[in-house]
Amino acid sequence: MTSYLIPILLILIFAVAIAKKVDVFSEFISGAADNLKVSFEILPTLVALVLSIGMLRASGVIDFISELAAPLMDTIGFPSECLPLALIRPVSGSGATAVYENILNFNSPDSFAGRVASVMIGSTETTFYTIAVYFGATKIKNTKHTLGCSLTGDFIAIAGSVILVKLFWGTC
Amino acid sequence: MMKWIFSFFVIISAVFSIFLGNTEQFTNSILNEGVNAVELSFYLLGGMCVWGGIMNVADKAGITYYLSLLFRPIAKIIFKGIDLNGKAFKAISMNITANLLGLGNAATPFGLEAMKALEEEDKTTDTASRNMIIFTVLNTASLTIIPSTAASLRLKHNAANPLDILPLTLINSVVTAVVAISFASLICRLQEKKEKKGWK
Repeated sequence: MTSYLIPILLILIFAVAIAKKVDVFSEFISGAADNLKVSFEILPTLVALVLSIGMLRASGVIDFISELAAPLMDTIGFPSECLPLALIRPVSGSGATAVYENILNFNSPDSFAGRVASVMIGSTETTFYTIAVYFGATKIKNTKHTLGCSLTGDFIAIAGSVILVKLFWGTC
Repeated sequence: MMKWIFSFFVIISAVFSIFLGNTEQFTNSILNEGVNAVELSFYLLGGMCVWGGIMNVADKAGITYYLSLLFRPIAKIIFKGIDLNGKAFKAISMNITANLLGLGNAATPFGLEAMKALEEEDKTTDTASRNMIIFTVLNTASLTIIPSTAASLRLKHNAANPLDILPLTLINSVVTAVVAISFASLICRLQEKKEKKGWK
């Protein structure tokens, strides 16, 4: 289904553009050139961000916290298999995909943990990356309460994925 | 803000790598991650150029204008004082559309364009404006119609129905977005009140 999206989108845009006598080629080039500048501007921000997340992962602190908190999580009804995913999701997209794949290797995708992990990864975003890259494109130094609100959102989404799966399927 | 998060990540990682005996992996990560960042930026670079070009064609053809008409009713509630005919709002409309369709790689370039345009429109100095905060929070809430990563991995692991999680992800991200944005907007309002009192 989704594979039709891009072709249809492109047909629509280019057909309308030609009909309106837009100089399609040179407009494309000028748009590409604008964004070329932006991507060079965000490179230093990306280096700092990717470095700090890589260090965090390599230090083992995420696994350490997961192991420490697992008994507590089980008592409140949160599947402890999903805790590493909840912790890594806001900081790393590829990291989260790897952890998710790992969860599905040990749990059926239709099990309680498998479903919670699926809803969690499907309804959250790589918060730190998004904030750093978006503000990295601007001269903003003080992002005020952006991170606080986004992380509150992540927390709600993580709790929500457990609650919704329980409501829809029980604990399977 | 970023300086605290950055220092916190660096120090906590370094300390824990010593305590958990992962100093070797930690040192390797420092050497490797710089290269990874450049790789990532090259990966982004291609997408940025392609979608920046397409956006410009769509813009000149008037498509972004019609798209922004669609989002006007919601935008009036969420974004305060935004120029509904301005560059920022057009880029925001494209960003939301790309996100809804699950085209994450296309959404980022539009998002960055929107942020730069908002910076100009709101005449910010070094502090984020209300609309910049709301827009970024909206993007971290992951509003997508089809959760493609989750669906494709569920398919790979033989789920009975890979997309049966769809209503849940949709409800979950809508609730998250509404709560997070209301929260952000409430804090903005409280801060504005405080500033006004401060002036007196």
